[in-house]
Amino acid sequence: MTTVAAGLKKLTMVQAITDAMRTMMRENETVLVLGEDVGVNGGVFRATDGLIQEFGEERVVDTPLAESGIIGTSVGLAVNGFTPICEMQFFGFIYPAFNQIMTHATRMRQRSLGRYTVPMVIRAPYGAGVKAPEIHSDSVEALFTHVPGLKVVAPSNPYDAKGLLIASIEDPDPVLFIEPMRCYRSGRTEVPEDKYSIPLGKAAKVKEGTDVTIFTWGAMVQDTVQAVQKWEETHEEVCEIIDLRTLYPLDKEAIKESVEKTGRVVVVHEAPETGGVSGDIISVINDAAFFYLKAPVQKVTGFDTPVPVYSLEQDFLPSARKITAALEQVLKY
Amino acid sequence: MGADNQFPVIQYVNEAGSLKQDEVKLHKEQLYQFYFMMVRARMMDKKCLNLQRQGRIGTYVQYEGQEAAQVGSALAVEDGDWMFPTYRDHAATMSFGHSLRNLFLYWKGRLEGSIPPEGRNIFPPAVPIASQLLHAAGAAWAEKKKNSDRVSIVYFGDGATSEGDFHEGLNFASVFHAPVVFFNQNNGYAISVPMEKQMKSKTIAQKGLAYDIPSLRIDGNDILAVYHETVKAVARARSGGGPTLIEAVTWRYGAHTTADDPSKYRDQQESEIRRKTTDPLLRVERLLKNQGWWKEEEKERMEAEITKEINQALKEAEKFKPADIDELFDHVFAEPVWPIEEQRKQHKRLSREGIQ
Ligand SMILES: Cc1ncc(C[n+]2csc(CCOP(=O)(O)OP(=O)(O)O)c2C)c(N)n1
Repeated sequence: MTTVAAGLKKLTMVQAITDAMRTMMRENETVLVLGEDVGVNGGVFRATDGLIQEFGEERVVDTPLAESGIIGTSVGLAVNGFTPICEMQFFGFIYPAFNQIMTHATRMRQRSLGRYTVPMVIRAPYGAGVKAPEIHSDSVEALFTHVPGLKVVAPSNPYDAKGLLIASIEDPDPVLFIEPMRCYRSGRTEVPEDKYSIPLGKAAKVKEGTDVTIFTWGAMVQDTVQAVQKWEETHEEVCEIIDLRTLYPLDKEAIKESVEKTGRVVVVHEAPETGGVSGDIISVINDAAFFYLKAPVQKVTGFDTPVPVYSLEQDFLPSARKITAALEQVLKY
Repeated sequence: MGADNQFPVIQYVNEAGSLKQDEVKLHKEQLYQFYFMMVRARMMDKKCLNLQRQGRIGTYVQYEGQEAAQVGSALAVEDGDWMFPTYRDHAATMSFGHSLRNLFLYWKGRLEGSIPPEGRNIFPPAVPIASQLLHAAGAAWAEKKKNSDRVSIVYFGDGATSEGDFHEGLNFASVFHAPVVFFNQNNGYAISVPMEKQMKSKTIAQKGLAYDIPSLRIDGNDILAVYHETVKAVARARSGGGPTLIEAVTWRYGAHTTADDPSKYRDQQESEIRRKTTDPLLRVERLLKNQGWWKEEEKERMEAEITKEINQALKEAEKFKPADIDELFDHVFAEPVWPIEEQRKQHKRLSREGIQ
């Protein structure tokens, strides 16, 4: 057994997420958890496991099966003193709530000139690669980065998940927190037992490099790390990997600094190409570091098709080898 | 008057297998047909569950315990009618003519699995809860506009009645007098959430009152009640009488899906008791015995025939051509668009170079 330093626990990402909610619920009585099957069942991914036992059913609420209902009533709870954490059972089932998010949760502050505010977190498992049934694997973060008034966060590992979720719960405005299902149990890392937070809007450098930068997030971080490890075994160039972590607002400084250094860029995301967050990243580069570019930015993304049923999902997903091909392309330019 | 009094559970055959309605005439052949279709559905469900355990299909959704509700209602619709199932209603779709091979393909993560046989109108299973009620209302409305007498039947669970789409579906059907049968299977749970937590309404049937839709509550494990009451609702729809809401009270024996662990939220002992008391197959067996029509050899013959059919279908599904990436690109639009064509080309180029 590996030893864990005092004050640290080895947790999976899903456990780190539970830990973040538990930490905040202990600290702040206004924090509530709402969603389908989040109470007695502890969530279909067990992300809320144990919370109802500790905090009771007034604070951990099995709601009726209605996403618009969950988000809409949470707007009311949030303007009236509570801090709801809403679980969407899967990101692909958030659509009935789109109206409430788009027309109310994200505009209330502005419409009331700051009189009414909506401190709320919407959590949603997302992404392909776990052989889930139809519609369960969507990556539609870009639909939400386009919504004014909404921050969008996507952790890739247990440590970040806890720190970012705590920051999201403490944020005075609505935050969409999307959780890559593939990473839920893909590994355990050391996570502090105590409360800590990671500021929203700050990227993380996963690996330092000098010749090319790969921007990515969520489950794609693991694939990118693997691709780069393999690739560097036989190549001289050194890749920098940046996990954006927050997709709105993007970490402009981190993007600028890295591109100024490497001058070559690959963006990896599993969402469909057109309208994906890659477009925003390229736009930041265009504004902040255009003259440093030595080659056109390469993208490795999903297709402009629905996420397929599982027999084809591996074709749809960016793979380590597709990432490698993009690296070759951008470096030989 | 409480809603449970207002909507008593209609039963034709009780648990002991005795007939409760005098006006019903029993026909041996029909009873055996009902029984055969339910045994077939149950055997198919068991097969799929085993295949999932062996890793030969993906996550699977069981319906064991709900066979009477699904089979009885599916046998009440005809050629040209429209069926809108959920992920749990393949006992209904297979009884309406969907092929077993395609059912296997569906659970193997293949798009081909959703394609109904030629001439049968069966929608791909709805995954987003309650969304299909509106499609059923729309398709039925279209039949009305075309002056045909075809109807829609749409399946959904108790949890689905909480979604806005449920209410919109009922209201549209009511306003436009669409020929649709809203067939609810109240199996007591929406994953872990029991009906008492899902709603304060005592019944699902009473929700039809708000939309002025004729509504009834039936014993969903009694295939005679299901069949005859659905036939009446279908006849009303065909003759211009508009929509009906049927609440079929039933129970799922197993987990919500193979990814679910029911011991987290309920005592599975309840299912064991129900297998010996309210089981839909057992009830027809008892009825046949009470009529003096039961033949043990007939049951064995049926099982042998079904085993053969299922194994044949599985063989065909397993040797079916492998999934082809073009299926994904070809069917997004009628006419190709450049972004998708470029993505297809790039993907194929990388595949040829061994990069996937
Ligand atoms: C819009 C939407 N939200 C959530 C889900 C996840 N989900 C799948 S089945 C289910 C419960 C459905 O319960 P019910 O309507 O009673 O039908 P049953 O599964 O019992 O047949 C949930 C919440 C979904 N498929 N679609």
